[in-house]
Amino acid sequence: MSLARDRTVQGLTLALGVMLILSALVPSWIVNQLLFAFSRAIVVLGLLVLWRTRLVSFGHALYFGLGAYTVAMTSRYTGVNDAFVLLGAAALLSTVVGFFVGFIIRRYRDIFFAMLNLAFSMILYGILVKTEALGSTDGFTIDQPTFAGIAFEDASQGKLALLCLLMVVGWAAAVGVQAYLRSTLGRLTTAIGDNEIRVEYLGYSAEHAIHIKYVISTFLAGLGGGFMALALGQVDPDSMVNWTASGELVFVTILSGPGSVAAPFIGSFVFEILRTYAFEWMPHAWQMIVGGTLLVVIFFMPGGLWALVTQLAARLTRRRPAAPAGGG
Amino acid sequence: METALTILLDGLVFSSYLFIVSLGLTIIFGVMKILNVTHGSFYAWGAYTAAFLIGLAANAGWPDWAGFAIIFFAAILVGLVLGLILERGILQFMYHRDEVLIVLATFGSFLVLEDTILLVFGVDPYFAFQPMQLLGAVELGGIARDTYGLTLIGLAAVLAAASWLVLRRTHWGKLLSAVIFDRELAMAMGLNVSRVYIVTFVIGAMLGALGGAYIAPTVSVAPGFGVDVIVLSFAVVVIGGMGSVPGALIGALAVGIVRALAVHKFPQFELFVIYAVMATVLVFRPEGLFAPVKARKI
Repeated sequence: MSLARDRTVQGLTLALGVMLILSALVPSWIVNQLLFAFSRAIVVLGLLVLWRTRLVSFGHALYFGLGAYTVAMTSRYTGVNDAFVLLGAAALLSTVVGFFVGFIIRRYRDIFFAMLNLAFSMILYGILVKTEALGSTDGFTIDQPTFAGIAFEDASQGKLALLCLLMVVGWAAAVGVQAYLRSTLGRLTTAIGDNEIRVEYLGYSAEHAIHIKYVISTFLAGLGGGFMALALGQVDPDSMVNWTASGELVFVTILSGPGSVAAPFIGSFVFEILRTYAFEWMPHAWQMIVGGTLLVVIFFMPGGLWALVTQLAARLTRRRPAAPAGGG
Repeated sequence: METALTILLDGLVFSSYLFIVSLGLTIIFGVMKILNVTHGSFYAWGAYTAAFLIGLAANAGWPDWAGFAIIFFAAILVGLVLGLILERGILQFMYHRDEVLIVLATFGSFLVLEDTILLVFGVDPYFAFQPMQLLGAVELGGIARDTYGLTLIGLAAVLAAASWLVLRRTHWGKLLSAVIFDRELAMAMGLNVSRVYIVTFVIGAMLGALGGAYIAPTVSVAPGFGVDVIVLSFAVVVIGGMGSVPGALIGALAVGIVRALAVHKFPQFELFVIYAVMATVLVFRPEGLFAPVKARKI
């Protein structure tokens, strides 16, 4: 089955078309929400690649922050202000760092994988917080970017252009990850999670496969971080690099569920809405709502939101779960 | 020479603080194999409860030394209440799940408890300076130091000795070692493992709360109090070896001294060095410097 006939890819393409038209019609506050949601979704897509192998990183804010800070620093110190260049630099730097860190990380599993990632991300946090030239605890603001030389006078049009770019890139990322998961290397994903020794006996190197996953996830995290920096118009260490930011990313991954490459986009959007309303509704309890949701998902919805979506879709199309013929 | 002494003393005080907050974490990990993010909540709740009660006592005209009794009372109260709620309410249903999922569940609980603090105690900071004021200052090596900070060293030493004695010399310590060594076999021998878990978790929670309660008089207790402590104590525990009490001591000393050195000589590296040491140890000795010997299972 070719990629063009893959139902997930078809669905994603349809969704992209609909969203591109819709985004021109919706008010600007929704554009902002979508910007934050989909920037995070790209990162979560990378975490999903790891989560399918039961690897959870408590330190991907390292690459998220690297991407965001690359965008901020490049635009501040070189004067280059084009979104394509900035995002390319963000993705490149975090991928290179991820590639080298990956040589160490790939030997670790479970808690140790999570902790080593945490340690590396806290190193970056420690540097950022204590260095004046890097903005210290306050961070930086970032100017409106141009798009391949085109500058938008109106800020809301600039945001819209960024959202269109983000959705196309997000689509490409999701399709790319889907293609990867369907390849032989990608199919090892679940196998390694289930039993690593058996995979090794099949003649594949589990470490090698995990290294590739890790690099994919760091590339996506850097890209998403770059988009987030442009969407927010600022970077700061506490909301982007501290361990709580990593925790947030893991939370969205669990909330989305590992079922599909489309899940992160839905999960991130729900998270963004949840956060906005929880914050407005009861500003001192939004963490409680987020934490409570995390517990509910862990206990009662192991498939995350995606499981809900598929159940709902099955009910709408009146399709019974594939029962054998004559089984009633 | 004077700087060296200052660094050493600063380092020792900070190490003692780190040891007190990490001890509970490492005990819980050793026995239950849970990396407990809610440890930060125990710490913050301990600090808030102690600061609040000390404030009340001061207003009621109690003598300042009552503050010390209140600190220990607050730690025991918080540990008992929160420890029992978490272990019975959430963790006992998670023991058969992935280790990483348990971490996430404690992370969720941490977020909930963080905001519960805001709802209970409000957003304004608390100051409970009375116990610190009572002890005053002493001059050591030409520098005036607050005596209260120095008592941290004593408390850490007492806790280290006590935990060593309990683990090595008592019936309870033997039971714990059995569970640490092999949970299933301990069960098969008729050991009530779930009771061991409850007691361990509550004691760990009390120790976390004690760390917060004891440090409360020296700082302003404000929202977000527990956030940084979590990664700091993770670093200590990882460096020493997760689940090892002597490891936590060594880890705390290493982090404390290195940080004091950085603060005095290269202040911009204060945080960097801690996590650089943590990463280095993980890279070369992932089980930590003093990881307990693992039982080989066939």
